[in-house]
This record gives sequence, C-alpha cells and structure tokens, in this order.
Amino acid sequence: MPHPELSFVHRGQIIHLREVPPTRTLLQLLRDDLGINATKEGCNEGDCGACTVVIGEQRGDHLHYSAVNSCIRLAHSIHGMALWTAQDLSAADGSLHPVQQALLNQHASQCGFCTPGFAMSLFGLYQNQVCQGKPVSREGAQEALSGNLCRCTGYRPILDAAQQMQTLPRVTLDEAEILSKLEHISLIPKGLEADLSYKSPTTLAELLALRAAHPQAQIVAGCTDVGLWINKLHKDFAEVLDVTRVAELRQISTDDTHLRIGAAVTLTDAFAALAQDRPALVTFANRFAGAPVRNSGTLGGNVANGSPIGDSMPLLIALQARVQLASVRGSRELALEALYTGYRQNVMASDELLTQIIVPKPEPDELLRVYKISKRQEDDISAVCFAVRLQVQNGVVTQASIGVGGVAATPVRAVQTEVTLTGQAWTEATVEAAAAALRQEFQPISDMRASSDYRRQVLGNLMQRFWLESQGQTLVTLADLTLEGL
Amino acid sequence: MNTTTHSIGRTVAHESARAQIAGAAPYIDDLPELRGTLYAAPILSTVAHGKINEIHTAAALALHGVVAIVLASDVPGDPILAAFAGDEPVFARDTVQHIGQVIGLVVATDVMLARRAARLVKLDITPLPAILTVPDALASESYVLPPVTVARGDSDAALARAPHTLKGTLEVGGQEHFYLEGQIAYALPQEQNQWLIYSSSQHPGEVQHWVAHALGLDNHAVRVECRRLGGGFGGKETQAGHLAVWAAVAAAKVKRPVKLRLDRDDDFLITGKRHPFSYQYTVGFDDTGRLCGLQLMMAAHCGFSADLSGPVADRAIFHADNAYYLQDVAITSYRLKLHTQSHTAFRGFGGPQGMIVTETILGDIARQLGLDPLAVRLRNLYSDEPLNPAEPGLRRDTTHYGMQVEGNILQPLLSTLEQSSQYQKRIEAISAWNEQHQTLKRGIALTPVKFGISFTATLFNQAGALVHVYLDGSVQMNHGGVEMGQGLNTKVAQIVADELGVPLHKVLATASDTSKIPNASATAASAGTDLNGRAAQFAARHVRDNLAAFVGGLDGVGAGAVTFQGGQVFTPKTTRTFDAVVQLAYANRIQLWSDGFYRTPKIHYDKTTLSGRPFYYFAYGAACTEVALDTLTGENKVIRVDILHDVGRSINPGLDVGQIEGGFVQGMGWLTTEELVWNDKGLLTTHAPSTYKIPTAGDIPAHFKVDLWDAPNTEDNVGGSKAVGEPPFMLAISVFEALRDAVARARDDGAVVQLNAPATPEKLLKALTQVR
Repeated sequence: MPHPELSFVHRGQIIHLREVPPTRTLLQLLRDDLGINATKEGCNEGDCGACTVVIGEQRGDHLHYSAVNSCIRLAHSIHGMALWTAQDLSAADGSLHPVQQALLNQHASQCGFCTPGFAMSLFGLYQNQVCQGKPVSREGAQEALSGNLCRCTGYRPILDAAQQMQTLPRVTLDEAEILSKLEHISLIPKGLEADLSYKSPTTLAELLALRAAHPQAQIVAGCTDVGLWINKLHKDFAEVLDVTRVAELRQISTDDTHLRIGAAVTLTDAFAALAQDRPALVTFANRFAGAPVRNSGTLGGNVANGSPIGDSMPLLIALQARVQLASVRGSRELALEALYTGYRQNVMASDELLTQIIVPKPEPDELLRVYKISKRQEDDISAVCFAVRLQVQNGVVTQASIGVGGVAATPVRAVQTEVTLTGQAWTEATVEAAAAALRQEFQPISDMRASSDYRRQVLGNLMQRFWLESQGQTLVTLADLTLEGL
Repeated sequence: MNTTTHSIGRTVAHESARAQIAGAAPYIDDLPELRGTLYAAPILSTVAHGKINEIHTAAALALHGVVAIVLASDVPGDPILAAFAGDEPVFARDTVQHIGQVIGLVVATDVMLARRAARLVKLDITPLPAILTVPDALASESYVLPPVTVARGDSDAALARAPHTLKGTLEVGGQEHFYLEGQIAYALPQEQNQWLIYSSSQHPGEVQHWVAHALGLDNHAVRVECRRLGGGFGGKETQAGHLAVWAAVAAAKVKRPVKLRLDRDDDFLITGKRHPFSYQYTVGFDDTGRLCGLQLMMAAHCGFSADLSGPVADRAIFHADNAYYLQDVAITSYRLKLHTQSHTAFRGFGGPQGMIVTETILGDIARQLGLDPLAVRLRNLYSDEPLNPAEPGLRRDTTHYGMQVEGNILQPLLSTLEQSSQYQKRIEAISAWNEQHQTLKRGIALTPVKFGISFTATLFNQAGALVHVYLDGSVQMNHGGVEMGQGLNTKVAQIVADELGVPLHKVLATASDTSKIPNASATAASAGTDLNGRAAQFAARHVRDNLAAFVGGLDGVGAGAVTFQGGQVFTPKTTRTFDAVVQLAYANRIQLWSDGFYRTPKIHYDKTTLSGRPFYYFAYGAACTEVALDTLTGENKVIRVDILHDVGRSINPGLDVGQIEGGFVQGMGWLTTEELVWNDKGLLTTHAPSTYKIPTAGDIPAHFKVDLWDAPNTEDNVGGSKAVGEPPFMLAISVFEALRDAVARARDDGAVVQLNAPATPEKLLKALTQVR
C-alpha cells in the first residue's frame, strides 16, 4: 500500500516527503530522516516533554499554535501544518527570540537536554498569549509547562523566564505568508484515501466508508496512547486511519439543553467548552495529563479507549453524558457508561466509530465537583477519580449522578451510592451513609499508584469533602490555598 | 584592584546556555554517525533470580536487518566487569540476578528493529529463590559487603541512664536519577585495534578502563570523549561504564560502529538508583531534648552487586550526625544483597540517608517532650561548648568518626534563617490557623545541613588540567571533570580567565577526553570545581609565571612585579596587551601551555575503623519549609521555602543558586512523589515517567527564596569557595519534617509520627489515622 505524500511548512519552506511509513513518529522523522536534532528524545512516551515541538494549523483565517509531543505524534498527522522546533526560533542573524533570551537571562538551562522542549512550550504560549496581547501569569506558565520535566533547575528560573519573555521586544511571525503556503499544500492532490497506508479523510461519510472497508486499519486521533503502543510495545500498523481531519468530528456545538463535542476535538478545546458552562472544572481540566498531551489527545480518543484510569469518563458519567456511535449503517446513541463491557472492551461494532459526546447543560441548582487523587498534582494518572453531581431542591437530593475511575476494570457509575443519596435530605447523616456506600461499592486493585484500601478510604473521604464544599466551606482543598490568602 | 575586570564572583551564564537554548548543543545521540553504524538494544532478564538454561535467538536473527546477537561468550577480554568488587558479569552468564539484567544485545540496522528483535529472544530460565525484601535479606544475612560498625563512648550505659528513651523504625525509599538524557554510548573501532568511545559518563577514565578490560586491551588503546551530559546526578558514574562496555563488545563482534541508546523504560529496569534504606534505633535524651545516647541500625538495599554501595553506606554513617553532636553512639551498617537493580551513586551519596533518620528522631523527640523541634535541633548542634564542666578541654565539636568540626557556622546560620524566615511568628500563626481549619493543616520545619566535602576514598581527591594559550591570545582549557549541567566548565573558565587576567570570553572549554587528562576521577562528590578548578588554576599559573618571567626580563623588573588584568599585562614600566605579550613570548620560544595538578590537602582516614579526617571541610545550609496537608486525602503542597546556604565565596552566584534550587526540588521529589515500587516478582513497576513522578513546575512553592551565606571557606579552597552540588539536596529533609509536623498538628495527640518516605498521599493518610 503506497504511503501518502507528507507536506508541511518549516522555516518558510514547504517540505515534501515521500515514502514515510504510517507509524513513523514525528520525532523519528525529525531526528533520523531530516537530521533536526534540536528536538530530543527523553522518554518516548509523551511524559517528559523533551521532544516538544509547536505545530501551527489554520483555523478560520488565522494560525492556531499547539505545543505537542513529537515522540508519540505520527509524522503524517502534521500534513498541511506548519512546524517549529527549537532550532527555528533564532533570527537569521542568530539573535535570540524573546523566549530564548528570557531563558538565557534567567539561567534557565543547566544540562540543557530538556531546554529545547521548554523553549517550544514557551513558544506556543508566546504565540497564543503574548502575541495576542494576553499577559502570562505564573499559574498560566505552570499550566503551559505541565508536560515538561526538568531535573536540574527546580523550575524557578524557567517560570521567571516565562514571565520575562512578555517584557522583551515583541517578535512576530509572518502568518499571512505561512497561511498562503498551507493553502498551497491543501491544493496538492492526494489521491484516493482508500489506497493509502495513512488515510486521513475529511468528511464523516468518507471516514465511515473507509472504516467499513478497512476494519484492520488502526484508528488514531491524537495518538497519545497509540503512540505508546508503537514505541513501547513495538506495534507496527500497515494501515492507519486518522480521524482528526473529519470536519464533523472537530465541531463543538451547543443549544439550550446540550453541549455536543465532536470525537476529534482536542482535550484542550473540549475541556474549555465544558468549563464554559461549569467553571468549577477548570482546575480538574488542568490536571488532565500535561499540556502537550491535551493539545494532541482528543476527548473521543479518551472515551473510546476506555481506560479505567482515563480522567474524562468519571466526569462525563456524572454529567450523564451520552455518546453517539456511527457507521455506514447509521448511528445510535447510548449512555457513556454503557459503552464499556470490560477492561478496554466496548460495544462498538467493527465498522462503528465514536463520533460525538453529548453533555447535558447544567441545571440551575446543580452541585458538581470532580476530584482527582494522584501522587503528583500535575501530569499524573489518577489513583482515584471521583465526579459527583447532585440536584438538591428544598434540602432534598432529587438526583445523584456519580462517576468513578480507578476502582474497576472500566470507568463506572456508582449506582449503589446514588441510591443512598436519591430522595434523601442533604445532611451530614446522608453524606456519611453515602461515604460508607462508596467505600463498599467497589473492590479496586492494589498497584503502584495506590492500594485498594487507600482507594476505598479516600473515595468516602472525597464524599465528605464534597459535603463540606456544598456547605460553602472554603479552604477545603489545596487548590484553594494561596500564599497570599494565608 | 578593579573587581569589575574579574570573572570570579560574577554571575555569568553557563558557557553552553546559548547553544542549549537554541537547540545547537549536541549530546551523544546528536553527533554525526559514521557510515555503517549499527544500533543495539538489550536483551533483559524477565526473572529476578534464576539459572539460564538456554537463549533462543533464531526468531530475532530471522528479522530482516538484524545483524548479530551479542552474548557473554562474545566478550573478548574478561567476562567480569572491571568494577572494583569484581562481582558483576559484563553480560549475565549462568545466572540472572534481577529483572532487567542484561543478558546480551541485539544489533540491527535500526534501533526500533533492534528493540523489537530483543523481545523475540526467548529465554529459558529456571527460577531460583529470590531475595526481594529487606527483612528477608537481613534474616538470611544476604550481603554484598560485610557489615560495618562505628561507635564512640558507651551507648548501652548512656541509654540505661537516659531520662527518656525512644525506639523506632524508619524506611526511606530509593530514587531514580531521571537524567533527561538517557544512558548512551557510541563505540567506534579505530585503526590497529584502537577505540574511540563517546560515552555520556561522569567518569570517562573509568569507562576507558572498563572497556579496555572487557576487550582485553591496554588502557592506552581506548579513548573516551564526552562534551556534555544531559544530566548525571550520580547515575552516570558507574552505570555509564556498563553501556560503553556493552556497545564496545558489540562493535568488536560486528566490526562496525555501534550505538547503544537505552529506551527510557529499559533504562529504569537496568540501571541502579539511590539506595533505599531501613533503620531501627533506640535513642536516649534529656528533658531539654538533648541526645545522650543512640543505637542505630542502618540497612542499605544495595541490589545484586556491590557497585558503589560500600562508600555510599560509609557516607551514610559519616552523616548520621548531620549537624549534631552524638556522644555515646553505635551505628551498625548492613549492605544488603537483594535481587534487584544494583543501586549506585546519587547526589548526596548516602549523606541524605544518613541525615534523614537523625532529623526524624529529633522531630519525634520534640513532639514527645512537647518542645519546638527547632529548639531541640539547636540544642544538639555542634558547638565549642565543653562536654562537661570537669573536662573543659573536651568540646561538643568532634564527629563520631573523630573529625573536629572546624569553621562551624551552624549556630549563626540557623539563627539568621530563623529570623529571616520569621519562624517563631509563623509557628504561632500556623497554630492559630490550624485551630480554625479542620480539613487542611499546615506544618513547618527548619532543618540544617552539614555535608562533608571530599571523596571519602582519599586517592580520588586529585585532578589534572591543561591550559593552552594560542598565538592570538585566546585560551583553551581542559580538565578531568565532566560538564553535566552544573556549570563546571563555566566556573573553571572563570578561574582560568582571572589567573591569566583575560576576559572570560577568551577562555574556551573543550570536551572531557581521556587522551588529554589521564586517570581523572569521577566528576562526583560535589568536588568538580574544587579539584579541577584548582588544577586548571595551577596550569594557568604556570603559563602566567612563564609570561611574567619573560616580561619581567624585558622590562628589567622582577617577575613578581608583573600583573595580569583586564586583558593587559602591567609592569612598573610598561603596559602591554595580553595578546601582544603572547606573540612576543612565542617569538622568544616561551612555553605557552601547561598542565596543572592538584591534590586535596589534610585529608586522611582509616578504612578499617572509619575514623580520621575524610573531609577537607564541611558545607553548611538550612531550609525552612512550610506545607499544607489535606487530612481527608493526604494530598499536600509545599507553600513556602526559605533557604540560607553556604557556598563559601561564590565563584558564580547564578550557577550556585541554580544548584541549590535544583538540588532542593530533587530532594523534595525523593521524599514526596518519587516512589519506586517493586512487585512480588521483583519487577520494578514504576519504570517510566508515567508511573514514576518527579516534581513538575507546578510543585514548586509560590515563595521560594534562596540566600547565600556570605563568608569565604575557612580552608584554602579555590577562590574561597565551597562545593555546592550535593549539599542543597538535603535541605529538602525540611519538607519531610514539615509534613510530619503537619501530621502531628492534625492529630494533636503528642505522639511520634510514624511515616516512611516518600511521603505519598497514601502514606500521609495512613500516618494521620494510625495510632501507635
């Protein structure tokens, strides 16, 4: 099966490549094929950020910039985009970009191996914030750097650099020039998708037809999990079906009753949409993996993959989200938790794809919290994820909806606990009963993240935390604690 | 003297910073590859302890592009690695001793192909009983090296008459180095059976020795080069040697260049980590919290081989006192053999494991007596106070291994930090706040560090350097140290620049290279600048002396009247530019380059009794850390850190602050989020950054203030400075103690806090609810 041509914009030029296999990663393409060794391999699984690059995509009439992990990103996925690596920031005369100058000024590079990745995450922040006239706060910088590990500096100088870069003389890109080159790439005929080893259809109809005709093709979206299968399990796929260019799957729409998120919407954009209606979710959203993973990974990928420790599902279960599955035969909708039948097993037929996540809008008296417990606050996988949503009217719980992760083979709804709450007065006694029910309802495993006992104990305790927060108590969680507030 | 023309004492950027930031600083994997280069991947044991019956290679060899499989039988020289204990094979031969032990390599035309093929090698191994826990190892007297005891006075009698005693246990986990650049070596066969090895190593001299030994060659046939490391932290001291030997053996077999770059998960499984420690103790103390007797058992989990476990465990003994005078003390140290990775050097090198147990003991003594932990710590500091009124000559200033603590600044340093961090005021504020808040509880601790500087093995405290002055007045310097991010080359260049009186930009550092400086010690023990900086200073001084004698002769003045500063050379009669002097000197056949050699004075110690003066001097510091703890979940947050640290007279304050901050955060990781978990089969289940969590940018405190103690080293050390690499790591013990303080405050029962490290949310929740 022939490989499609891969074209992207780099340093003002259109790069055309042929014969790039479908599972070639972007990092391999950069280092091994193009000899661009500014970009480093630190972990080859999207957790350290040494390989971070920035990609620019056309959105409407402007460029949208994303810092992503090149190690788990497939090379073909950047077709039609612009690419920046750490060696692309300095001006032609060698003068440093504000991102670089700030890093230099602040002594933010010691061994230097992580530095190109940090520079790229900061470059993404620079393009999306500084160049848009938006200030970069320390929290904003911590957020943007959540997927970059440094073992030398202790981060303080890097965070100071993130603050300083906005005070240096502005350097801007010639976006019009880049957009015209991207336009040029889009006009290059691609040939018939069905014949290609890496298929990236642009319409849902085309996607479903390809899915039906090529059930053996590996589906990928942001590739933040499949990338690990390739790098760590050494899987090789002769055919890949990339869903991320399908217009229908990239849409977010909203009406009076529902928010509809296309399956290929990135986690960054999906959580932004969810948090628009429910601002309480911002803290949780920022703890979902690191920023470069959220910029690549998709909500649909997280849901379809169905890992028991995936963080979006407990929340979506609590929100009573539904999913839409589609195939050439038609489409159907079901409750999100009904998707799963066992550990990474689901009800989808071989020709079916997840196309949309449908989230009810908040009711006026909704109480909602989602808590994640992990060893590290940022960029960690949950030991337990607990999402609870109550409707309380006149002091009585009229509806309880609880999603839990990390306690079973799939993300689950805490059905028994919901029963202990529904119809009860919202009192401390009810909370204690619910906490006890929660501790009983699941038999989680013990592993390197936490013991079974801890998972059960903490679940009940989180119910108590939820009660305290529902009573208007402040300073109940560490997220509320600031130095200034003490 | 016009100090503005001096480099020493100024904050100047790391010599490679600009290139690193621009992605233009090559690491070993970035070097151009020679045509014909092949790529290797390791074949790993899947059994913790077992007998190898057969290795089935056919499936791997059948893959198109697989060139060879390299096994123990392919080692041309000694199949035993040249590690000092001689207890490790190059490749596992008859038995395997941990999951992840390297049995051989697959060599292929592509690295991913080699890795895929390595998994196709089928191992037929009969499992043998494996020792996987510390209690098992202690019970079965499974040791890599014999136990060691260091004692002073009569601890039995002291404990018997102590007003209070406390017995306890503590377990402290290990730590993965997580250098961002994984282990790598690139072996290139040269003419006439000579070798060039690019190795990401803190100790190129040892790599040279090990490779020559495995290949059956003289050391002179192997040249090892390393320009920079993407982080080392002790993890590339001995461990880099393994990689280089493996790559070289493979290259010898296939007769082509071979690059071995470990996948991160394999790196976790193969290489050693910081030693986990277990402790049991009985301590006696008086009503004021002053220690009167201590019996301490320290068990180091060493893994399957000795590696550097002996000196690591020794340093733990040397640092069990931390900053405190221990009168009647007996310390027994076990070096346990378990069927895991062989643990190795890691920043602090046993020092952290020595100090932490004493700090937890002092914290618990304070809690038991209802005293402020800082007051108890201050009460126990080394001082010139007489031991007892009857014997005014004996003071509380000598360590349990017989070294007098000179230049002791502990008392003023702690008092200064106590004031500047507003410790007393905050204690009250925290108590009041905790009264008002039921779920979150705050805690605080101020802990000191006293860390001995020098390799405890006296022979390693030597260094060499070369300084070359070229005809245009530019200077190239080389020394036996390795640049791994700490700024060694920058500091040494500053020293050389000042010695020659030239601007810093005139001095260029070049790659560490065994053909330039032979027999160099590891860049370790924080001593990189002390040793290599002095050696380079001496080399530069020799050149300067040559020039001074020559210029003095020209002007008819004594050489001593010639000074070098700001790129100029002054005599009472004439001023010339340095460049002009160099050209004149060359024309007159004056030597413009020189070597320099340095050995640390004063140090000596008896290896059998572990007594003497193992350290040239001590570096001091203290940190005050405040945390908040969620009593429902055990989650926690470091909210404020104030550090006062002693680097003597700083050669480069910017670099020194970087070492302090970085060391502190790394130490914080060790004690909080970085947990190594081996399962009951002996598999390390936290073998990737997805499961092993080092601190991120979001973990550092909003208030993170570092001040330098402003006084020169009282010993004659280069530029009046002190070493800075390791000591700040142990400032992070304040995080652990602050968390224990928060637990105690939350419980408010006056009991000791039973908490092991790392203090994960799970362990903290357990400590909060556990009744002793």
